[in-house]
Amino acid sequence: MSADTTRPAAPVAAKGALARFLDSDIWFSFKRSPVTIVAATVAAVLILSALLAPLISPYDPFNPATLNLMDGFTKPFSESMFGNYFVFGSDNQGRDVLSTILYGSRISIFVGLMATLFAMVIGISLGLSAGYVGGVYDSVVMRIADIQLSFPAILIALLIFGVARGIIPPSQHESMAVWVLIIAIGLANWAQFARTVRGATMVERQKDYVAAARIMGVNPLRILLGHVLPNVMGPVLVIATINLALAIIEEATLSYLGVGVPPTQPSLGTLIRIGQQFLFSGEWWILFFPAVTLVLLALSVNLLGDWLRDALNPRLR
Amino acid sequence: MLAFILRRLLQSVVVMLVVCLISFSLFHYVGDPVASLLGQDSRLQDFEELRERLGLNDPFYMQFANYIGNALRGELGISYRLQTPVSELIASRLPATIELAMASALIALVFGVTLGVMSALKPRSFTTGVVMTLSLVGVSLPTFLIGIGLIYVFAVELQWLPSFGRGQVVDLGWWKTGLLTESGLRSLILPAITLSLFQLTLIMRLVRAEMLEVLRQDYIKFARARGLSNRAINFGHALKNTLVPVITITGLQLGSVIAFAIITETVFQWPGVGSLFVNSVQVVDVPVMAAYLMFVALVFVVINLIVDILYYVVDPRLRIAGRAAR
Amino acid sequence: MVETLVKPAAEAAATKRPVVSVRNLTVDFPLRRGNFRAVEDVSFDIMPGEVLGVVGESGAGKSMTGSAIIGLIEPPGRITGGEVLLDGRRIDNLPPEEMQKLRGKRIGMVFQDPLTSLNPLYRIGDQIVETIRRHLPVSEAEARERAIGLLREAGIPSPEDRIDSYPHQFSGGMRQRVVIALALAAEPELIIADEPTSALDVSVQAQIIKVLKRLCESRGAAVMLITHDMGVIAETADRMIVMNKGRIVETGKVGDIIKRPKQDYTIRLIKAIPSITDPIRVHAAPAEQKALVEVKHLVRDFDLSGSLLDRLFRRGGGKIVHAVDDVSFSIRKGSTYGLVGESGSGKSTCARMMVGLIPPTSGEVLLDGKDIWQAGAAERRRKVQMIFQDPYASLNPRWRVGDIIAEPIKALGLASGRSEIEGRVADLLERVRLDAAAMRKFPHEFSGGQRQRIAIARALSSQPEFIVCDEPTSALDVSVQAQVLDLMKRLQDEFGLTYLLISHNLAVVRTMADDVGVLNKGRLVEQGPVDQVFDAPKDEYTRMLLSSVPDISKVD
Repeated sequence: MSADTTRPAAPVAAKGALARFLDSDIWFSFKRSPVTIVAATVAAVLILSALLAPLISPYDPFNPATLNLMDGFTKPFSESMFGNYFVFGSDNQGRDVLSTILYGSRISIFVGLMATLFAMVIGISLGLSAGYVGGVYDSVVMRIADIQLSFPAILIALLIFGVARGIIPPSQHESMAVWVLIIAIGLANWAQFARTVRGATMVERQKDYVAAARIMGVNPLRILLGHVLPNVMGPVLVIATINLALAIIEEATLSYLGVGVPPTQPSLGTLIRIGQQFLFSGEWWILFFPAVTLVLLALSVNLLGDWLRDALNPRLR
Repeated sequence: MLAFILRRLLQSVVVMLVVCLISFSLFHYVGDPVASLLGQDSRLQDFEELRERLGLNDPFYMQFANYIGNALRGELGISYRLQTPVSELIASRLPATIELAMASALIALVFGVTLGVMSALKPRSFTTGVVMTLSLVGVSLPTFLIGIGLIYVFAVELQWLPSFGRGQVVDLGWWKTGLLTESGLRSLILPAITLSLFQLTLIMRLVRAEMLEVLRQDYIKFARARGLSNRAINFGHALKNTLVPVITITGLQLGSVIAFAIITETVFQWPGVGSLFVNSVQVVDVPVMAAYLMFVALVFVVINLIVDILYYVVDPRLRIAGRAAR
Repeated sequence: MVETLVKPAAEAAATKRPVVSVRNLTVDFPLRRGNFRAVEDVSFDIMPGEVLGVVGESGAGKSMTGSAIIGLIEPPGRITGGEVLLDGRRIDNLPPEEMQKLRGKRIGMVFQDPLTSLNPLYRIGDQIVETIRRHLPVSEAEARERAIGLLREAGIPSPEDRIDSYPHQFSGGMRQRVVIALALAAEPELIIADEPTSALDVSVQAQIIKVLKRLCESRGAAVMLITHDMGVIAETADRMIVMNKGRIVETGKVGDIIKRPKQDYTIRLIKAIPSITDPIRVHAAPAEQKALVEVKHLVRDFDLSGSLLDRLFRRGGGKIVHAVDDVSFSIRKGSTYGLVGESGSGKSTCARMMVGLIPPTSGEVLLDGKDIWQAGAAERRRKVQMIFQDPYASLNPRWRVGDIIAEPIKALGLASGRSEIEGRVADLLERVRLDAAAMRKFPHEFSGGQRQRIAIARALSSQPEFIVCDEPTSALDVSVQAQVLDLMKRLQDEFGLTYLLISHNLAVVRTMADDVGVLNKGRLVEQGPVDQVFDAPKDEYTRMLLSSVPDISKVD
């Protein structure tokens, strides 16, 4: 047996796949839901502009050479006394709020995506194996997942963050902060994936196509990856979407609590933390615009996840 | 019944032991406790003496046993940061957190269940659409932003309610309560709402999903075919079946309110254990972190036990078969 | 006995007015890809005290007709034409509240699955009393008295005690009795029974049909019996309707239709139904006498003592179930061995041990003299294949048909190179009478019968000698069943295959098998050539099974 003998052939010509997609119920339900279309557009715009931040942002907010303290606290939609125009105003150090938001969402989205990916990989591996193997291994994994699920993710992330701080030498705190965050948030969220994948795996495992493969002696790993995994990806996709929104919020929360990314590399949460200092003295825009961006981002991703769940659940159609 | 509870108790003890092990490892491997206690310019001899005195030279299992023994007696070590016993610190801040958590749990439960049932019974109505969309906005709003927003509107702009702290408290000797003074109650409103919103949306969506699931069951269809009134079907047959799974998850959600209070307490500068914990994480004050973890685990275990017993009471299948089918 | 409070049925009988009249009924489902007409222009009457059988294959619209009468069509479906008259009064346009009062009171309904029809959190007594008090002006105590009486009539032993039990404390058959008692609680004139026995074993099925018939007769209630099983109708109904694709094909007396069907569809349908009195199978090439497969003293125990903790605490005292208990038989090369039994008889467990899915506790399965769990394990993978019951679950929905059929070829390394494999798959598809283009499609693009053909092609692709068929046609309509069985027979003769056919359907086994074994609670109670076992059963259990099978030959 060579390594790839039982893998199904690659999908047929792209045209066929596209045509199938355009005819599918998913695309149909997407077209029928204006809220979802708006959410998808908003999410796409936010993610794209974050991705292209270095190209499209009007100022470079982290280059001290271009900053001028005298530009500080400029109101939105106005020029500072030096003739610099700030759409969303500027903060105490004279940084353009729009530019900090663009760079900030870059970090927020990066951390969110990576943490979700991390949680997904752990969750899928543990869920698949637990669901397929069963027995004591399954009970132990699921009991851990149960316990972890009953603690808020933010607490677990905080703990992991605290532990990491204790282990990593202080000189490297800043450079490692983003990765520590990703690991902390990822480890706090794997349980949801594991539970769902495990449940779906237990259902699929009982199905006769798996029995057929076992009869002809296909090895268990290949059954898991070739047969079971493709069939449990639907719910995983839904959770991944919702989890992305959750991870972005968790990152913002940690940064807000002052244990996230360092202020030299502010994410949306850090920006809100900074902005809060000026909120009660009337400089509302320093907090307001990052907050709106964060909420729009989380809301649009959540709306997409909500729609995806309904669209993939045949019973609700 | 007794066997059932005993088994659950045993499981709880296992969970607690595991958590103890984690917090003990925290204690042991994160940072150097001796260095944290002694400071920079102590002599090597002092280090050795302290190591011996703290039992750090004993074998691992001895230390762990000691740790558990101490924890059972309420001795959780001394805070590196504040140099006071951790148990005293937690005890002094516990009432604030518990009062906040109880108030928000109540709000979340009452509104969550009501809205969930309503939206499941009228899935296509306009109100349901609005409520569902709002609930999505609810889960997309980070708790700290809700807090900031409420403070800005009700404390800064309208100046109706205080923006931080607990107000005046009454000392009952063993418990400092804010529930007996007007300023205490007024201080509670904003934090309680902030903390409850997230759980409220979760409970609401859960109740709705479960109820919709139950309404699809054959016995509901059969109840309709028997000509029972909508009222009897919805509130008699469907709601009771909905409650079985809802009790479990809701119970655990409410348990997590206490830990979730971390954020709210920080935003409102509420003097509870949550804000204590955040401050400890920032400076890696390990004894407090470890103790807090154990405290939350204890809450979880106790609530879990209560939930299991409730479950047992509601579901005759468990009661008669005499074993949990979870 | 419970005294009947009102007797509208009896009054109606005097005037000979139908209890229910359906006139030109049409039900539509507006769906994404256009309108689906589930019921079209259906008209019929049910007279007081009459049992009307409604038979048809899946998608015939028979259940939808029942739902339309009682006003419980699931949205987005709705009645778009015609009318339903109950005792001469139109009811399909009644406001919801009035319809609600009518349900249970004048029209009762029994559903297929007794395990899900009762609310698990309420005592059965509470559910019956609730229904009685909703419709009849009686006190709590009187309602309880009536409930006990009803349960007794429905054949529940010591109803005074059982009335306070919860549904999960009853077996499936007992629960269906409770469901029937519930449907009759308020003395309705019409009972709509939608596949009331399809989820039950044959021995229980016969009792439930008797209970339903007796209770309705004693109350003069009319019955609309919806089922796919012509045998049930043959034994129960007076008149019958044959439906197909939403329309009525033929109406008439049960005996007339079964013995002298007039319409083409009905003729084909009746012809496709196997009977336990059919002539036995004749092979193109007679089977050899040499045994290919031998099962010796096969035992399989299951430990049902639950969680790990349970097992730790109750050491030794665990609940061990003997699913298969000392079963021995042998299958001649080129023949079909039928294994029959009710649910829980251990027939599927047996099958799974014979293909290598679950290891036996003790005993052996020999293929060509080699134990498939020992020396013959590698050989088994090629020589033994299986066909499953549910064609929806036996094909991976994410794989193309070509890959599904090629899986054994690739897994066992029987061919290499894309074109060679494709050639084989095309050949196999042709053998099971499917177009070679099917290999590019996904399973969901095929009907149940076509999927079962694909599953057969997959089983054939490793060129096996022995195929275990576990209820291969139970999920299929009778006409499709006939085609699949026919295909299986032809392939057997063509390739000299040996089959183990597992089925709860005795008629199918009669027409397919050469030898048969009867399993009861894990033990093989009787075996021998098919005609011998069917025509002169020796064992008590076999006799009971054969006499309780609803069969079209039993029509009077």
